[in-house]
Amino acid sequence: MSATTLDAAPSRLRLGLRAGMIGAVCLLAAFPVLNQLPETHALHVSDFLVSVSGKWICYAILALSLDLAWGYAGILSLGHGAFFALGGYAMGMHLMRLIGPRGVYGHPVLPDFMVFLGYRELPWYWLGFDSFAFAMLMVLLVPGMLALVLGWLCFRSRITGVYLSIITQAMTYALMLAFFRNDMGFGGNNGFTDFKELLGMPLNTGAARATLFYASLVSLVVCYLLCRWMTATKYGRVLTAIRDAESRVRFLGYDVTRHKLFAFVASAMMAGLAGALYVPQVGIINPGEFSPGNSIEAVVWVAVGGRGTLVGAVLGAFSVNGLKTWLTSAAPDLWLFVLGGLFVAVTLFLPKGLIGLLQGRGK
Amino acid sequence: MKGRRLYLDGVSVVFDGFRALNNLALVVEPGEMRAVIGPNGAGKTTMMDVITGKTRPTAGVASFGDADLTRMDEAAIANLGIGRKFQKPTVFDALTVFENLELALKAPRGPIACLRWILSGEGRARVEEVMEETGLADRAQDPAGILSHGQRQWLEIGMLMMQDPELLLVDEPVAGMTDAETEHTAALLARIAGKHSVVVVEHDLEFVRALGCRVTVLHEGSVLSEGSIDHVQNDPRVVEVYLGR
Amino acid sequence: MARLLAILLMLALALPARAQDAFIDALAGLGGGFGAQAEAADRLGTLGDPRAIAPMRALSDGRLLRRADGTLIIRTDGGAIEAATGAPADATGAETVRINNRVRVALRGALGKLQLVSPDAGERLAAAEAVFRSPSAENVPLLDAALARETQPRIRERMELALAASRLVATDAAQKRAGIATLGASSSPEARAILLEARAQNADLLAEIEAAVAAIDRRLAVRRAAETFFQGLSLGSVLLLAALGLAVTFGVMGVINMAHGEFVMLGAYTTFLVQQALRDIPGLAPFALPLSIPAAFLVAGLGGLLMERGLIRHLYGRPLETLLLTFGVGMMIQQAVRLAFGAQNREVTSPPWMQGTLLLPFDIPVTANRLWILLFSLAFFVLIVAAIRFTRFGLEMRAVTQRRPIAAAMGIRTGRVDALTFAFGSGIAGIAGVALSQIDNVSPNLGTGYIIDSFLVVVFGGVGSLAGTLIASFGLGLINKVLEPWAGAVLAKVFVLVAVMVFIQRRPRGLFPQKGRAAEA
Repeated sequence: MSATTLDAAPSRLRLGLRAGMIGAVCLLAAFPVLNQLPETHALHVSDFLVSVSGKWICYAILALSLDLAWGYAGILSLGHGAFFALGGYAMGMHLMRLIGPRGVYGHPVLPDFMVFLGYRELPWYWLGFDSFAFAMLMVLLVPGMLALVLGWLCFRSRITGVYLSIITQAMTYALMLAFFRNDMGFGGNNGFTDFKELLGMPLNTGAARATLFYASLVSLVVCYLLCRWMTATKYGRVLTAIRDAESRVRFLGYDVTRHKLFAFVASAMMAGLAGALYVPQVGIINPGEFSPGNSIEAVVWVAVGGRGTLVGAVLGAFSVNGLKTWLTSAAPDLWLFVLGGLFVAVTLFLPKGLIGLLQGRGK
Repeated sequence: MKGRRLYLDGVSVVFDGFRALNNLALVVEPGEMRAVIGPNGAGKTTMMDVITGKTRPTAGVASFGDADLTRMDEAAIANLGIGRKFQKPTVFDALTVFENLELALKAPRGPIACLRWILSGEGRARVEEVMEETGLADRAQDPAGILSHGQRQWLEIGMLMMQDPELLLVDEPVAGMTDAETEHTAALLARIAGKHSVVVVEHDLEFVRALGCRVTVLHEGSVLSEGSIDHVQNDPRVVEVYLGR
Repeated sequence: MARLLAILLMLALALPARAQDAFIDALAGLGGGFGAQAEAADRLGTLGDPRAIAPMRALSDGRLLRRADGTLIIRTDGGAIEAATGAPADATGAETVRINNRVRVALRGALGKLQLVSPDAGERLAAAEAVFRSPSAENVPLLDAALARETQPRIRERMELALAASRLVATDAAQKRAGIATLGASSSPEARAILLEARAQNADLLAEIEAAVAAIDRRLAVRRAAETFFQGLSLGSVLLLAALGLAVTFGVMGVINMAHGEFVMLGAYTTFLVQQALRDIPGLAPFALPLSIPAAFLVAGLGGLLMERGLIRHLYGRPLETLLLTFGVGMMIQQAVRLAFGAQNREVTSPPWMQGTLLLPFDIPVTANRLWILLFSLAFFVLIVAAIRFTRFGLEMRAVTQRRPIAAAMGIRTGRVDALTFAFGSGIAGIAGVALSQIDNVSPNLGTGYIIDSFLVVVFGGVGSLAGTLIASFGLGLINKVLEPWAGAVLAKVFVLVAVMVFIQRRPRGLFPQKGRAAEA
């Protein structure tokens, strides 16, 4: 009874995809274990593959969140990377606080960059970030609040389509400029790095890496199920209706602004969570994460996978990033051509993405 | 249900110097059916837009019972019990016929309520009833996008029936329909009309005559004539506007 | 020896015939003993006669010679001249005049003062500045003398200030008042500082000083405002250039082109290529920039034509897909340029008439290229508006964008008009690139920085309204520059961004919305 294009597809495809998904999750779950095997073993998974797939899992969560906004509610956000980065910064602030006196300057409270910039005390907005629970709350709340304010301003005045896209892009661009400033208190250009530990685990150990990997994987599964539930209910159908004929939904008595806002905020929070999981795995967060290019790359993942289908978004994130990782080492000059080409190819020839391709074959 | 009357007085709408409505007055009593006719550009659709909150009047009063329509948005007005059928049928192509009707069913409209929504047996029965009435029962699981033009019109009328509005605004319901479809539509509308106030905008004078209700003639944004169909057809001003000098 | 000389000197002074020329008298002292030399240097310094500069420089450089008859001769690169007259002289048998440290100090002081009457305008200005910064009552006669011969208004102005500053430290109250009045009539921050400093010593003149400072403050505020205004206009002209093409493709056609910035960048690279190609052709090299304008229009316009016919036209009516597609194309263009020309900046030189700094009224310094770009952008705007309003193509373009089916029914080939309009808009972007190559780094990501601003301008001005684009560019430019002093460049930008968003809340169709029912659709 759900509304997604996927469900209109033959059930064999649905079963196949479901089996494939469960298989893929199990395979991923085995990565850290296989990593422990001796390097000569046939099933050994390299450190590189584990760390890179941990990143991809975070990207997949970001893709899911973008798909919820774009594929279902029709909100093409070109600034979802901003929510991802804000979640990452919130996590980064927690990690910076945990460094404590182990910094280069050995200050008991202040992170190195603050000592370097001559801060006397912690700015007020850094207070509380020593607590993991508070930081996690902020990981969700900060992106959520930004989405709430921006969304309220835009949806209320019925800014839709490309106008909304440009505004979201301008938002992430403005945030990037702002975070580049030293006096913002977020480390300026260099951002945060040199993290030491999280929840008592030193970050440079295999155990910490495996824990973060599993945390990301579990988050991905939970986010997927959450999105699936949301889109399978009547709420999901209201979103689809808004995407296709916004004003008609109003005449049915639905407050479109509230519905879109709900989806946008939920999506932003999910993106924030993805960012928070990403930062301790890559060990750095800087203003570059806000760059509009990142957000638009996330749009390509969803478009390539197939927007409006949750599996598509995840599939897109893994396949495009797989391609990127391979190409940037094999032929670095080619990557941007391929990425640009993906935009062109998907919009002209594959509007339903890879999932649409599978559907076409299933029929 | 206590009956509410639709009351418009002195309503003007100006688009950049162009007066779409000019001091328009219209009263529709509870349970009344009213036909609104007029040449192109007379302001019929703009009047509908004002009543449903799509357009804010530049001046004037628009109310439904106690509610001031000029201060409410489309969704609030819809929830007040004013339903609208558009000239060009708009249904949700990606959703099935059943889902389209389910969305229109009277129920709490907030996001959380929608997330927790479970279709009751009663609700399902109502949806099925409407599908029977509109002749769409065998298309229940088809996406609305593959319906024919006539079927889309009926689906939209069915959605109005699900909304169960107190006042129904219908914009050119039979434009572009075959004779058989027109007949079916007229019958559907007649069935709804029994319980509600209805305002029908139509070009087709024969169709209006068949409705047998009071007629308001609009011209250049204000009321030119009002009365029975015979009265307005014999009004020299109406004749002049329709036939030209 | 020294005494003899002193007597000779006094005799010489007494001689009426010689007394007419104090310079000649004092000059002789330079050839005497160390004491006489220092004394002569002091006198020459206060005399304020520019003829004294050359011999004193020669003396301090060891190039001053004395012939047996006492005539002083200056050795120059090629030969020698007489110190008193500047006539060529014979240096045979002449010996170098020696000096000690005391003389050196005296020479330096005297030369410093004499620079006020130096034949070199730059030296005079520098000397006036120096005297102005260290005011002293002794300088008054010197400055009077210098002012008497000075003809250049800019130097006169500085000298008058210096004179006023020196008068302020004099003992005479009337002199002081005159000094305060002159300083107060200026618009120089240094004069203001001198006045503020003088408050402590001149309790009796406090009211006058305060009034003078207030007057300077007013003038400085006006100048700052004018400066900000020009900077705002300058930024506005850049925004206008960047947004004009977009105002055609997005505003008039409704096609969202995220590769717009890349067309601007192509225009800038075309400028570079034209410059390289004409570099060694003497007759053409100076015209590289003007020739770049049609070249850039063609290159970017052709790019736009290919893109419209090949890709965009398949996506009309699907703005989000168009957005993604054009973004992808932009990415590929950027990468292609990066591979072809490298990621580093390419140098585009400005023609001589675009270099340097000009002073506008109110002493506002403006760089010539900014001024040219401002004028260019306005002229260009008028040209485009005229092209759309008065040409056959413009008429067809407006017809197609307003009512496509009717235009088609009247025999207009809408597909052709679409293609040409898009090419036209892209070509405009290319021309913007020529102008921007003069003030921005020509690098593959030149266009990225402009795309968001351009969209803001077009949306703010009202989609479809070229006049709106004009007003919005200059409006946003001015707002940005007004905010910059107290918010910083980045925050000003962020603020403008937020302000535009809030503005769109109030007027979703921009400053100049399209009229009529068509806009409601």
